[in-house]
Amino acid sequence: MKKATSRSDIVDALSLHDLCRFCQADETWVIELVEHGVLEPMGSTSGNWRFVGTSIVRAKKARRLNRDLGINAAGVALVLDLLDERDEMMRRLAQHEAV
Amino acid sequence: MEFKDYYKALGVSRDASADEIKKAFRKAARKYHPDVSPGADAVAKFKEVNEAYEVLKDPERRAAYDQLGQEPPQGQGRYQPPPNWDSGFSFSEGGPRDDEAFSDFFETLFRRGAGPTGGAYASQGADSHGRIEITIEDAYRGAERTLSLRSPVMAPNGTVTMQDRKIAVRVPKGITQGQHIRLAGQGAPGAGAPGDLFLEVAFAPHPVYRPDGKDLYLDLPITPWEAALGGQVVMPTPGGKVDLRIPKNARSGQKMRLKGKGLPGAPAGDIYATLKIVNPKVTTDEAREFFEKMAKKMPFDPRAHLGGT
Repeated sequence: MKKATSRSDIVDALSLHDLCRFCQADETWVIELVEHGVLEPMGSTSGNWRFVGTSIVRAKKARRLNRDLGINAAGVALVLDLLDERDEMMRRLAQHEAV
Repeated sequence: MEFKDYYKALGVSRDASADEIKKAFRKAARKYHPDVSPGADAVAKFKEVNEAYEVLKDPERRAAYDQLGQEPPQGQGRYQPPPNWDSGFSFSEGGPRDDEAFSDFFETLFRRGAGPTGGAYASQGADSHGRIEITIEDAYRGAERTLSLRSPVMAPNGTVTMQDRKIAVRVPKGITQGQHIRLAGQGAPGAGAPGDLFLEVAFAPHPVYRPDGKDLYLDLPITPWEAALGGQVVMPTPGGKVDLRIPKNARSGQKMRLKGKGLPGAPAGDIYATLKIVNPKVTTDEAREFFEKMAKKMPFDPRAHLGGT
């Protein structure tokens, strides 16, 4: 058992290339997600896209749903929207139950 | 090592057809997918059905598994496969697509050939992905955590052993749920540079706070007189106690915002306290007299708007 120390930083502001590496996807898949509005990068062209915060988390989720359940980009967009809606309702329900 | 009943994991009988197995797996994968299922045991369940399917979907691997027979009777101690249980079968490597290992049972019996990342020794080491659970206080102040990782490692002769590794992780201050920490060079080794290790941050359930991004929500109990008269109350935050001013005639469910007292950052998150008026339990004569006096002196009907009187 070896103990290692290393540099650690928060993953934020990824380029298209870095995001593809991060979620083990190809560029076509990520571009499709952007076209479906699942990911909202900053920057006008795919060359200077910057993916931040929630986009990174959503990209990873989208990739897993696609890989594990075979859902295409349109389906992933729908699933993620419904999950957001469900999470919001669960939050509100938890608040009502607490009061 | 523990015997794994893969048929039970998928809820199919031992003579199920390949089609039935595929259907059962797809149904279970949808149900237990960690991104969809809110259940706390979803990750473990999902891994279990994937492991089962990894073996049962492959005719050669399934036949070898069937050869092992049933689970040994209880009390016989740890499971040992019979010698040469796999002779005559030529299944290839299998393994989880993420970097996390399957059960010891799977790793010992079915992991062949390929290394932990399922491919040839790459020039650039592959990235690894994992999860780390931290507390809200860790995120508020930043912290050092030691993470134990268990990953399959292939020896030059093709056998696979499990290697435990401890990594010191610096949790950056102000990190939020779902963000990732990158540990450069801690991924899989390669001929060139090793890959990176990415850790997805999850917050452990907290008795007081509910996180939402950098914001924190909590219920703040107050007394009926604090609600009626207003005034200062002391409230906990991850950064220490603060004074909170309750407005006069505060309502139950009213939300108070403490700007910048949530998780640190630029900008820092806020704390939202939901007021919750709590009545004291009347146990003494004196307390009862107080309430009787209020009942007599205060003309208040909270049900007036319901009508019917």
